[in-house]
Amino acid sequence: MATTSTQLPAATAGRVLPTTAGQATFMGQVRSEITKIRSVRSTYWTLIALVIVTVGFGALASWGAATHGHPGPGFDATQQSLTGLYISQLIMGVLGVLVITAEYSTGMIRTTLMTMPHRGTVIAAKAVVFTVLAFVTGLITSFASFFLGQALMSSHHLNATLSQPHVLRAVIGGALFLTVCGLLAFGIGLLMRHTAGAISTVVGLLFVVSVLVNFLPQNWQNHVDKWAPAIAGGQIWSVVSKGPNPQVFTPWAGFAVFCGYAAIALIAGLLLFRKRDA
Amino acid sequence: MKLVREIASRTVCLAGTRWLLPDSLSGKGQPDMIEARGLTKRYGDTLAVDDLSFSVAPGKITGFLGPNGAGKTTTMRMILGLDGPTAGQVTVGGKPFAQLMRPMREVGALLDAKALHGGRSAYNHLLCLAQSNNLPRKRVDEVLGLVGLSEVAGKRTKGYSLGMGQRLGIAAAMLGDPKVLMFDEPVNGLDPEGILWIRNLMKSLAAEGRTVFVSSHLMSEMENTADHLLVIGRGKLIADCTVAEFIADNSQQSTRVRTPQPDQLAKLIAAAGGTIRENGDGVLLVTGLFADEVGDLAYENAIRIHELAPVHASLEQAFMDLTASSVQFRADVPAQPVTAGEVA
Repeated sequence: MATTSTQLPAATAGRVLPTTAGQATFMGQVRSEITKIRSVRSTYWTLIALVIVTVGFGALASWGAATHGHPGPGFDATQQSLTGLYISQLIMGVLGVLVITAEYSTGMIRTTLMTMPHRGTVIAAKAVVFTVLAFVTGLITSFASFFLGQALMSSHHLNATLSQPHVLRAVIGGALFLTVCGLLAFGIGLLMRHTAGAISTVVGLLFVVSVLVNFLPQNWQNHVDKWAPAIAGGQIWSVVSKGPNPQVFTPWAGFAVFCGYAAIALIAGLLLFRKRDA
Repeated sequence: MKLVREIASRTVCLAGTRWLLPDSLSGKGQPDMIEARGLTKRYGDTLAVDDLSFSVAPGKITGFLGPNGAGKTTTMRMILGLDGPTAGQVTVGGKPFAQLMRPMREVGALLDAKALHGGRSAYNHLLCLAQSNNLPRKRVDEVLGLVGLSEVAGKRTKGYSLGMGQRLGIAAAMLGDPKVLMFDEPVNGLDPEGILWIRNLMKSLAAEGRTVFVSSHLMSEMENTADHLLVIGRGKLIADCTVAEFIADNSQQSTRVRTPQPDQLAKLIAAAGGTIRENGDGVLLVTGLFADEVGDLAYENAIRIHELAPVHASLEQAFMDLTASSVQFRADVPAQPVTAGEVA
């Protein structure tokens, strides 16, 4: 094992190292978090998987609607092309969880806090870097899904265009939805600190809750359904309000509710993080 | 003579009193870097650190000694603000660590060499730490050179050997040019070359005027490295003194005497104020009396002696004795008898 490359240098005479000095700042921590997130492979794998799965699934759904469907008057071509978001919300959730729980599972969190003990700053910097990354990835994914999906549906003249009312809002909304999914997951990761538990909780909140509400009696559903995180948040990427329950929130109100859930998770996580032993 | 020795041992090495002295009396006149006052940490029913008060002075290596589970790591974690104390406080350079504006300039620490993301290269690991404190990029290259990892800096750290990981941890601790360095069991699992290297590094750092605070459960390691000792057991401070004082006070001299009349001699020794540590096969191990005193006693009472020799208990043994009552996870094995190995 004693290769020349890892041999210990000879004992130094005089000063061990030249002097240096630096201050712990928010922008420094932001640069630190950028380095962290770009220097592990899981980031790339997760993001590539997210784009491929979302665009691919959206294309499949669009092709299916064009060739096999009999779309009625409530057909939402924009939402159809963004169908992949149902899956990518979970992938973004995994990434959001990992951004913080990977620090706990590896022990890196202690090294992080030994160099930057201002805990609020650490979380704020992480949240900012993750938000930008998630939103940019979301925009790429959302627009790619939209254009590919519309191209596939154009042969049957089902396609929407960005100039139609609410379409641009819905496509950008897809990116917003994904970003907040990630932030909700980040908050839950911060609360729970364990990867598996946090991912299960995120899947439960985003996916299982939306499915379970379907089993409630119809008159309950009218009041409960719309509050399910993914249903409330999902309004932002649909153009035509529809579904079994007409009582859903308007796009921005639903998105606000969804942001509220994420904010609760993030604030609770931050308060605990500031108090807890690392 | 005996009285003088006892007084000396009780005054020089009083646990936990040194921080009460003004700075002018406690060292080179520089203010102490780490100051703990009544530091306490409770985990449920377990009192991991119990009302610990001490200070660590710059310009020397302070050894933090104690058996496994004594609370060394917990204390270091509290110094670094990773764990919040249940009571009391600890400051670094006069402030709690979490309030420092230049944390890496103040403290560099190696607690757990594995506390990093194995999928990240050593270079990127150090870079992200340096960036948080706005340290220049070239600093990363400097510390990599210091620990001899420049050639493998681009490799992911999960492939690193134990020694390489330890050196990466030291590189991280050195990034900010810290005034205080803290190492938790730094030589664990290292080969002799690595141990020597770390020892020399710590000595050079202390010689530069930095505060070096290093924990170990091995007295022998401290004997070779530390200038000052803080000894803890069960979370309590047992001793706070220089290594020389610790050796003088605790490597208790005893006398080995072989006689065909052990029971008679034992009675006389006990009457004269000595203590019989061991009695078997005609050999007595006596503490509290010097060899010449035992010899005179035997001569005056016409007891034949076949062997008479002063014996030093090893320092390791002294440490074991001192912390014996405070070992938490003692194996159910009878203690080793005092070896009469080192005859003075």
